[in-house]
Amino acid sequence: MTAITADRGLRLFGQELKPEGIYALVGLAVVWQIVSLFMPDFLFPSVPQIATRFVEIFSSWQSAYNAVATGARILAGLAGAFVFGSLLAIVMARSERIERYCYPLLNFNQGIPALSWVVISIIWFRGTEFRIFFIMVMTTLPAFAFQLLDSYRSMSKDLFEMTLAFRPSRYDLFRTLIWPTVLPGIFTAWKVNLGNASRVVVVAELVGATGGVGYQLLQQQQVFDMAGAIAWTIVLVVFVLAVQGVISAVEGRALRYRAAAERTL
Amino acid sequence: MNEDPAIVFDRVSKSFTRPDGAPFEAVRDLSFSIARGELVAILGKTGCGKSTTFNLIAGLLRPSEGRVLVDGHDPFVEFDWFRGKVGIVFQNDRLMPWRSAIENVALGLELNKVARDERLAIAAAWLGRLGLSTHEQDFPHALSGGMRQRVSIARAFAGRPDILLCDEPFSALDEHTGNALRDEFRELLRETGATGVFITHSIEEALRLGGRLIVFERPARIAYEAHSLAGLSDAERDAVRAGIRQVLAADEAA
Repeated sequence: MTAITADRGLRLFGQELKPEGIYALVGLAVVWQIVSLFMPDFLFPSVPQIATRFVEIFSSWQSAYNAVATGARILAGLAGAFVFGSLLAIVMARSERIERYCYPLLNFNQGIPALSWVVISIIWFRGTEFRIFFIMVMTTLPAFAFQLLDSYRSMSKDLFEMTLAFRPSRYDLFRTLIWPTVLPGIFTAWKVNLGNASRVVVVAELVGATGGVGYQLLQQQQVFDMAGAIAWTIVLVVFVLAVQGVISAVEGRALRYRAAAERTL
Repeated sequence: MNEDPAIVFDRVSKSFTRPDGAPFEAVRDLSFSIARGELVAILGKTGCGKSTTFNLIAGLLRPSEGRVLVDGHDPFVEFDWFRGKVGIVFQNDRLMPWRSAIENVALGLELNKVARDERLAIAAAWLGRLGLSTHEQDFPHALSGGMRQRVSIARAFAGRPDILLCDEPFSALDEHTGNALRDEFRELLRETGATGVFITHSIEEALRLGGRLIVFERPARIAYEAHSLAGLSDAERDAVRAGIRQVLAADEAA
C-alpha cells in the first residue's frame, strides 16, 4: 500500500505524496488534536479516539461489510454508467440526428440534483440495491457520455486518414485507432466520476438503505458520535484513494507513450 | 506482365462547398495516366489541387465527375480491394503516438492480417534499412522529425505495395535530411518496382527525383509535362526549370 519513492516522497495507493503533503496531513491531525483538548468529545473527538473507531470498523465482518457494500455499490454504479454512457456516446458519434436529441436530454439530466434521483428511485423502485444502482447510473452517466464523445470527436483527422488508407475493417479501425484515442478520456471520466459517485452513494444510502457508509453516518449522527462519523468518512476517502490509485496505475501503464516535459509551468 | 496503366485519370473534376456555401473547384477536367513502375512528380503552387488529386488516387475522395482507376479499379468505390496494394507517405509523419516505431511500421501488415512474428521481422528489417535499428522500441515523441519520417517511409514500404503515394513527405525537413531521405526513397522505389506518385511544390525536388514531371495550374489541370528527367543534360534541365517557372508565374498572375 505504501512505499518511499526515490525523491523522498511517500507513495500512497499508487499516488505520490510529496513531503509537503505529508506535513499538511500531520499538521491537520496535530491541530485537530490540540482543538480536541479544549472542546467536548461530541464536537472534536481526539485523534486516538477516531483511530480506535476506524480500527473497530474492520474488527468485525458485520461492520466491515458496510464499507464493502458501499465500495461495491460505487463500482457497480460506475460500471453501469460507463456501459450505458459508452453506448450512448457511440450512438451519438455515429448519428448527428440522434446526438441532436440526446445532447439536450443529457444536459437536462446534469441539472437534476442527486437527492431528486434518490426521491424518484424510492418512489419508483422497491429493491434497495437497484434503487442505489439507478441513482448512481443517472448521476454519473452524462459525464461518461460527454467525455467519451469529446474524446472521439478530438480524434486526429490525419491519423484517421492514414489508418483508412490501409483499408482496415471496422473492428481493426476501432482496435488500432479509435480505442487508443478515447482511452485517455475514459480514464479521466472514471477518475472524475469516482469522486462524484462516492458523494452520491452516501446520500443514497443515507436516505434509502439499511447498510453502507451512508447508513452508518446516519447512525453516528443520531447518537452524536463524531469519532464514528469521521472514522466512516475516512473509510470512504481511503476507498476512493485506493481506487484512484488503481486507475492511475493502469493509466500510467496504458499511456506510457506520452512524453513528459522536464520543465512545467 | 500487365501493360495497362497503373493509374488513369479520365476527365476528372472535383468540387467542394466552402463554409459560406460557395462552390470551390479543386480539380477540373483532369486526364493523365501513369505506367506501371513509373515515378511521377506532380508539381504546382499551394492550392492548385495536388493534394486533392492525391486523395482521389488514395480513394479518400470521390470525383465529382469523370473516372479514376488505379490498377483497373475505382479506389473510392472498391476501397477494400486495395488493402495492402497502396502505400502512402504523408506530408507529416502521421505516426500513432501510442505505438512504438516498430509497431508503427508493422501497422499496414497487421491490418493485412500478417502474423505477428512475421510482421515484426519485416518491420525490423525495414527500420534497419533506414538506419533505425536502435530505435525499434522508441515511441514517436522520442524520435527526431527526420527519424519519424523515416519510420513513416518504412511503414509505407513494409507492405510491398504496388503503388506508392507521397504527399510532400520531405517538405518539413531540413535540406540535408530531406535530400538524404529523397535519395533513399528513390532507391527503394527502384528496388521494389512500385509505381510512385510524388506530390511536391519544389522544382528542385521534382528534378532530383528524376522521373516524369507534371506541373499543375489552378484548378488542377496539366500545364506542363516533362519526361525522363534522369537522362537530361544540365542545359536541358535548365530549360525544363525555366519552363516550369514560366508556367507557375502565369498561374500566379491568373
